[in-house]
Amino acid sequence: MATAEHSTHQPAPLSLYLATFGMLMFLTLLTIFAGFQNFGMWSTPIALGIATVKAALVVVIFMHGYSSSPLTWIIILASMFFLTIMLGLMLSDYMSRGWAM
Amino acid sequence: MSIVSLETKTFEKFADVPSRNDDVNYLSHDFSITSWLFTLDHKRIGLLYLVTITLMFLLGGALAGAIRLELLTPKGDFLTADTYNKAFTAHGIIMLFFFLIPSIPAVLGNFLVPLMIGAKDVAFPRLNLFSYYLYFAGSVIALSALLLGGVDTGWTFYTPFSSTYSNSYVIVMAVGLFVVGFSSILTGLNFIITIHRMRCPGLTWFRLPLFIWGMYATSVVQLLGTPVIAVTLGLLGVERTLGVGIFDPRLGGDPILFQHLFWFYSHPAVYIMILPSLGVTSEVIATFSRKNVFGYHIIAFSSIAIAVFGFIVWAHHMFTTGMSPYAAMVFSLLTFSVAIPSGIKVFSWLATMYGGSISFDTPMIYAFGFLGLFTIGGLTGLFLSTLGTDIHLHDTYFIVAHFHYIMVGGAVLGYMAGLHYWWPKITGKLYSQFWGKLSAGITFIGFNFTFFPQFILGYLGMPRRYYEYPDEFQVLNVFSSAGATILAVGYLMPLVYMPYSFFFGEKANSNPYGGSTLEWTNTTSPPSPHNFEKTPVVTEEPYHYHAKEAAVVSH
Amino acid sequence: MSAIKETVQDHGQHHHKDLAHHFDTLEQQHDANTLGMWAFLLTEVLFFGGLFAAYTIYRYKYSAMFEEASNHLDITKGAINTVILILSSLTMALAVRCSQTGNSLWTGRWLLLTIAFGLMFLGVKYFEWKHDYHIHLMPGKDWSGKDYWHWQYAKKAKDMETEAHKNGSAEHSLPNRKDVLADNDPSLGVRGIQESQQARLFFLLYFCMTSLHALHMLVGFVLIGIIAYFAYQGAYSPDYYSPVENIGLYWHFVDIVWIFLFPLLYLLGAHMGH
Repeated sequence: MATAEHSTHQPAPLSLYLATFGMLMFLTLLTIFAGFQNFGMWSTPIALGIATVKAALVVVIFMHGYSSSPLTWIIILASMFFLTIMLGLMLSDYMSRGWAM
Repeated sequence: MSIVSLETKTFEKFADVPSRNDDVNYLSHDFSITSWLFTLDHKRIGLLYLVTITLMFLLGGALAGAIRLELLTPKGDFLTADTYNKAFTAHGIIMLFFFLIPSIPAVLGNFLVPLMIGAKDVAFPRLNLFSYYLYFAGSVIALSALLLGGVDTGWTFYTPFSSTYSNSYVIVMAVGLFVVGFSSILTGLNFIITIHRMRCPGLTWFRLPLFIWGMYATSVVQLLGTPVIAVTLGLLGVERTLGVGIFDPRLGGDPILFQHLFWFYSHPAVYIMILPSLGVTSEVIATFSRKNVFGYHIIAFSSIAIAVFGFIVWAHHMFTTGMSPYAAMVFSLLTFSVAIPSGIKVFSWLATMYGGSISFDTPMIYAFGFLGLFTIGGLTGLFLSTLGTDIHLHDTYFIVAHFHYIMVGGAVLGYMAGLHYWWPKITGKLYSQFWGKLSAGITFIGFNFTFFPQFILGYLGMPRRYYEYPDEFQVLNVFSSAGATILAVGYLMPLVYMPYSFFFGEKANSNPYGGSTLEWTNTTSPPSPHNFEKTPVVTEEPYHYHAKEAAVVSH
Repeated sequence: MSAIKETVQDHGQHHHKDLAHHFDTLEQQHDANTLGMWAFLLTEVLFFGGLFAAYTIYRYKYSAMFEEASNHLDITKGAINTVILILSSLTMALAVRCSQTGNSLWTGRWLLLTIAFGLMFLGVKYFEWKHDYHIHLMPGKDWSGKDYWHWQYAKKAKDMETEAHKNGSAEHSLPNRKDVLADNDPSLGVRGIQESQQARLFFLLYFCMTSLHALHMLVGFVLIGIIAYFAYQGAYSPDYYSPVENIGLYWHFVDIVWIFLFPLLYLLGAHMGH
């Protein structure tokens, strides 16, 4: 059948939203703290990693990802996948330009 | 059954709805202008697009005529070098963005997607109308750019010429493309949600007609790719206005960055142009072979594969730019792989026709043309994805011939096949098979005369985008221009007999070709405003022809 | 041929006032609307993605200068803005929650609070950009052409600001144009000229990305305002709250973009000592 999956849900408890907000605040402070440290080549992955965790919290809790259909998750993952392709393959050109033949 | 047969067969067993619906069909229930301009009916929106893109096609064709006329002689004739640049730029932009990319999705897709899945309309009808007006607005802006003086950068807008040196109306044109791009995005968005959530009961994914699979794959590409060209054109505008140097090598910028961003969309864009035609071909071949499509699943998956793979090959347009040779090797390998799903489709169609009962109506003539020309175009792409030969062939007429074989021999013939196939459903009238087949034949002949010599010209070294050339290339150029005249005749003929049929043609019943999909079996010709009297319930595969079935000839 | 009459089957039932004609059930409608917004956000990811791609490439090529240029941005303001925007995400999520429970009054209020926080964000940005304008780091007509001197000027302005801080005074004046070399002055050497160009590219990307983000916020304000108006009118109920949920999705996306922009634009040079 092609009918929609059940998508009107009971709202999540208020405490969940507040807890998520608190976690996001903590992670923001962590981002800033980590930014001032010198992790060498790991700085960028760490910064992006923390940002990804924050984004994931927003998607799963605030955007109701936890109760969303599989198709929604396919859309979310597709966006990440194709963005990675674009950045990754472009970078592969620039990073390998200097290599000897 | 000879090819020039004029019979129209009546397939009684497939027509289980009353054939005609003159009083309350979607065309006749309201004749006012406002009911057309503010319609939310996907069928009417499809017709609005049909009118506008036909006009744009004629304009793009006229520009092609100017180009071929100029290229009759080795020296410049009636176009200056600058004007010639503007002519081929305008031809490319109009044909790609304002004709090919919308064509099947906006006309046939809008009309047919809800009908083929048993839905009353698309998921977002108001968004659909908005898409049309975005297309219209984008066209007006683009035409303004042409009237103001045109753009001379080529449709590819390569930097730093377009960002720093060109004195033409790049930004106006970029705005027009930005707007029409959003029309494309919203159409794709609408179709994806429609196909996912508005299928009628029993219509599982593997019971969908292959045209729907093709439209779905196209919509995914539209959604993912078009935003990138939008932001790239935005950056181009910023560069032209502020001159900071993002694409200017004198200021630390990299012009190749523009090409990466540009082709990230523009390569998948060519799949937006061809995937719908591939879908149409599946439908036409099934109906006119009276046989189930061979390899239904693999054709469906190949559409998705083309859509996905299409996003990882873009740099094959950039092999000669000085990009990394290692990255070039990777892109070359990936480009070879994207040819595989297309090849699978062609073999499946051949297998479909084998053992079938083939009738040579106009749509099938176009489909045959498609098969041959698409195959040639695709195979010549392999020469271009090979790094070594591409060095020689890049920016020559070989490329021009390659993409015209796919885009005209492929996509346009697919569009014509689809228009001719579904015309009785859309209008409730039958066009003359004689004129239809004649113009299909003339188009095919004219096309090959126009573009085959260009393969040879390119191989011999004639560069593209030049308004003059060495004398030794003249003979082939004259061939090509002569062919273009024939091709023009082939294109102009439907502009006469199709509207004629709309007003004066013989009335069609609901299923003149014996199609087995929902739009043929469960709607009238033309359909009623709400498409279906009762929501269909699907219980079997889409192409329920059987080996023993023969065409039922009415007299 | 007789005219076909519409059968009762499909059109005889009483329609919920919020159910559009082409949908069969409220659930199908809600689902389609939500998926439509998610699909739109997918396009937005790729839209911003183009700018992220340009940023990625130039940061890879010019990482040292990008870090130095980034230190001219105000981390404090950036951090404050991050907090404000996450707060606005919270209020938006609460607005959606209220619409799910049919609390029209508080749906409207949380929505307006969201706009308020968003305006605060833009307010802080205004002060950031005003400062950038005064030290001539803002892209403008005078960024192009032969005579550009923004990076040298900005460096001098920052040096003077650091001096002033050392001496304990809050006020500091801006450098004189005459005291500053042009960005492409030959005496800087090839290295110096390149550094100016690379820094300018950083600031261009900074302004492009934050402007596009701000533009999305402005559009968001309009849409949230409209939906807040309808919320106050009682247009939304537990049966039909799609518009609130969908504007929520849009706003959260805007938040997520900033969550990435903040470390990428403001913090990449922070480890160098501010």
